[in-house]
Amino acid sequence: MQFLSYLISGLGLGSVYAIMALGYSMVYGIAKMLNFAHGDIIMVGAYVAFFAISGAGMPPAVAILLSILACTVLGVVIERLAYKPLREASSLAVLITAIGVSYFLENGALILWGADSKFFPSNIFPQGGLTVGSLTISWLTIITIAVCCIIMILLMLFVGRTNTGRAMRACSEDKGAATLMGINVNAIISLTFAIGSGLAAVAAVLLASTYPSISPTLGAMPGIKAFTAAVLGGIGSIPGAFLGGLLLGVIENLSKAYISQQLSDAIVFGVLVVILLIKPAGLLGRKVSEKV
Amino acid sequence: MKRKLNVNRNSAVSYSIVIALYIALSIMSASGLLGRKYSSLLVPVCCYIVAAIGLNMNVGISGELNLGQAGFMSLGAFTAVIVAGALNFHGITAPALVLLICIICGTLVAGFLGWLMSIPVLKLEGDYLAIVTLAFGQIIVNIINNVYLGIDENGLHFSFVNNTLQMQPDGSVLISGPMGATGVKTASNFTAGFLLVLISLIVVYHIMYSRNGRAIMACRDNRIAASTVGINAVAEKTLAFVVSAALGGAAGALYGMNYSSFAATKFDFNLSILILVYVVLGGLGNMTGTIIATTLLVVLPEMLRFLSIYRMLIYAVVLIVIMIVTNNQAIRMKLKALRKGKAGNGSGKGASVNG
Amino acid sequence: MKNKFLRLGVIAALCGAMTACGSSAGTSSTSAASASGSDTAVASGSVSGTTTTASGEAFKLGASGPLSGDASVYGIAVKNAAELAIGEINKKGGVQFELNFQDDQADTEAAVNAYNTLADWGMQLSLLTVTSGSGQSVAPLYKEDNIFGITPSGSSTAVIFQDAENNTNPYGNVFQMCFTDPNQGKASADYLSEHTDLGTKVGIIYRNDDNYSTGIYNTFVEEAKAKNLDVVSTGTFTKGATDFSVQIKQAQDAGADIVFLPIYYQPASLVLQAAKNAGYAPTFFGCDGMDGILTQDNFDTSLAEGLYMLTPFSADAQDEKTQNFVKAYKDKYGETPNQFAADAYDAVNALAQALGNSDVTPKSSTDDITAALIKQFTTMKFQGITAPGDITWNENGEVSKEPRAIVIKDGAYVSAE
Repeated sequence: MQFLSYLISGLGLGSVYAIMALGYSMVYGIAKMLNFAHGDIIMVGAYVAFFAISGAGMPPAVAILLSILACTVLGVVIERLAYKPLREASSLAVLITAIGVSYFLENGALILWGADSKFFPSNIFPQGGLTVGSLTISWLTIITIAVCCIIMILLMLFVGRTNTGRAMRACSEDKGAATLMGINVNAIISLTFAIGSGLAAVAAVLLASTYPSISPTLGAMPGIKAFTAAVLGGIGSIPGAFLGGLLLGVIENLSKAYISQQLSDAIVFGVLVVILLIKPAGLLGRKVSEKV
Repeated sequence: MKRKLNVNRNSAVSYSIVIALYIALSIMSASGLLGRKYSSLLVPVCCYIVAAIGLNMNVGISGELNLGQAGFMSLGAFTAVIVAGALNFHGITAPALVLLICIICGTLVAGFLGWLMSIPVLKLEGDYLAIVTLAFGQIIVNIINNVYLGIDENGLHFSFVNNTLQMQPDGSVLISGPMGATGVKTASNFTAGFLLVLISLIVVYHIMYSRNGRAIMACRDNRIAASTVGINAVAEKTLAFVVSAALGGAAGALYGMNYSSFAATKFDFNLSILILVYVVLGGLGNMTGTIIATTLLVVLPEMLRFLSIYRMLIYAVVLIVIMIVTNNQAIRMKLKALRKGKAGNGSGKGASVNG
Repeated sequence: MKNKFLRLGVIAALCGAMTACGSSAGTSSTSAASASGSDTAVASGSVSGTTTTASGEAFKLGASGPLSGDASVYGIAVKNAAELAIGEINKKGGVQFELNFQDDQADTEAAVNAYNTLADWGMQLSLLTVTSGSGQSVAPLYKEDNIFGITPSGSSTAVIFQDAENNTNPYGNVFQMCFTDPNQGKASADYLSEHTDLGTKVGIIYRNDDNYSTGIYNTFVEEAKAKNLDVVSTGTFTKGATDFSVQIKQAQDAGADIVFLPIYYQPASLVLQAAKNAGYAPTFFGCDGMDGILTQDNFDTSLAEGLYMLTPFSADAQDEKTQNFVKAYKDKYGETPNQFAADAYDAVNALAQALGNSDVTPKSSTDDITAALIKQFTTMKFQGITAPGDITWNENGEVSKEPRAIVIKDGAYVSAE
């Protein structure tokens, strides 16, 4: 019984990682870049929703839409200004630029909104939880997992079934060939960033509702964990990100509960190393054979 | 023959820049021109240069992204503290000797653990390899954070997670969990830092221009093609990884002996990233560039102090602008055209081996 | 390969440009924020450059703390309160101060750089650092240069003792305005053993990569054992943790009726939320780091209902001094001051009192100033806002003052028994 309840709280944590990992994986799959600023876009999304609800008194639904809009715009602007000029550059150069963007957002938030943490309103989602026997699963966990599943399915349908999605996959396989087929690669990459950043806003609202103390560095640590989750599941793979996130959350909680809390980080990353040794491209990743 | 000539010129540039900088800065520091603030930056700059040169060996020459260099630095730093503590306890206090022994031990420990880690790490490729180095960096920080270690007349005392050292009153605690290393007798100085930079350059250049170095670069450019001509890719990459880790350890030892106290959390993911930024800005495989970029980027935040809270924001903007300006094809072409109009030749000497 | 030279050229050019503006703006920044009371909350320090005091008339007071990064909330509080106090003191006439507050990002290396910047500036006395880790790394430098320092909030024993393990061999010229961590741990255990009506089974959640938190935890456990308090569960977490469901569950399963939280209020608010989610309502008990929990923007105060804490300062205290300070701080910065601000305010006022009672002037040598301050601090009695009664210091630099026990009722601080 105890084990089950740890497992469920692990799923709650994992679902937050999963929804963040979806954004990482999506951008990586198409643009082939590690967008280290993703965690900070989530932070911005949380602040926008916070100010919309407790500052301007908007109803939660409007606030969430506003947050999605703000993050989408922010994502596209960042992509245009910082990443697009580096389309031909090495992936390392883009990585460093992404880190620069991450520093910029964090410090900008610090100056704009102050270092003191703010408390995210708890009225967006229903309180309490579903009780089965002596187990209680909070509604928030259920909603997070459900939202995560819905987003994953929608993304898979979008990427798999629509023309735009096909264009995305084409870009992901071979940008040159995609261009030859008349696909506007730049537009597709911008669209990817728009979707990824919009997802970040959804993740932000769920993250901030689960862990309501928000500060300018809120995206940093979950960002690293979500990135780890995305790699664990096989980076670029949408169901992989979902699976990796849930798994990471569960491993983290079980190791805290049964092995050692002091060493939980070491254990989580140790498990990651072991899994990657067994499955070198992550759980659901594709092993790309090298061209000679 | 031509290549050989090129090689010598390339490393000669590095050596002469380092020596010239050392002489100039020593004079400026001694005459008080630098002030305490910039004088105190000399040793950390040397530490970061050595760590960055090591990382460049891995990222630039071997072509494997490593996000855990700070972990190796912390191994070196904490080894140095333990060794220095033991030496001091047994009455050996001559700073130069202590520092030398500490750096050697730090290098060996980090190199050895680097070798152990390279076994799983090098089975992977690309971003998966990068994330595993990140994971090891986190694991090292997490573990050292829980180490308590002290020395007294009964020898070394060690405890993990909880502090149960039970020391004799004459003993001293060297590492105290989250407080990190405390009460270190500092022994680093600029000359030692300079020598360490010089030695690491010699080591790295020696490898780069040897048969091994060419093999490492061949694996980087095309692993399969390299394997077909009989190069043992894993062995070559292991060499680069271990040298990189060992230099990280040496840098950490120098760092550890420069501050009276520091904690394991200092060597976190952010520091790894910072060193990576030095390497990428300096140019992959370009050691001279690494030295200059590291120096400028360590000094930059200090120069920006007058900006108060806007400091890190401006730093971020500077970083992004530099990356775009130096990596964007269109901007580069324009600048190239501009320069061609002005001067014809004279920029060929940067033709380094990394191609 | 031109690009590499180009790259370096760009860096060099940018750096050059930065220094160019740096040297012009930098000179005025050092003397900023001395007497001008019109600075705005965050932008002060660097931009306002009114030099009202010529050198030689005011004591050069140095300080460093995190003004950027995730610990900046503490650094900014200390800086604000120090500026407030100095503004008041300078207006009165008598002892005059000139403050130079450097950013150290709560990082040991940056703290050493900040110290050297201050030394170049000609610092005569100091508020040391805001955080313990930084304080630990610069205290030997203060000793070496024999400059007097009093830290408002660096509460680790390693800030004032060279041998922190045995609490021996104090620096002698480094003092603390706040309680040491071990003192807080001991006081908390004592309080709980005297108030067994709150409960006897104690669960603890602390941050094990933080020396403030582990410092309190270690002595608390020792003292709890001596006082027959039953510690039934211990949970830990590390920097940046957000999920506390496991720690709360363990305390709940172990039947803890008190949960001791020797941590700062930001993670604490997440712990409280996690407890609420789990339907667990023990008595929560915190130390001075807990202060500030109610002033979090939009905080759901019902979460903290019934929370106890031992803290030297509460912004709701009714005495005149506290009320004046809170009002002045709110007027100037638009926020309620926390205990970091209060400790900084007291530290500056204590320095002013000590200097006023001695015969040193800003023209005296640093050695004389240090000697005079040590003499004053070890003999004087100071009345401030971080203790109800007299505050005194011993030769080790440790402060002695009465902590207040506070409980949160109906979303406000109330004095507990």
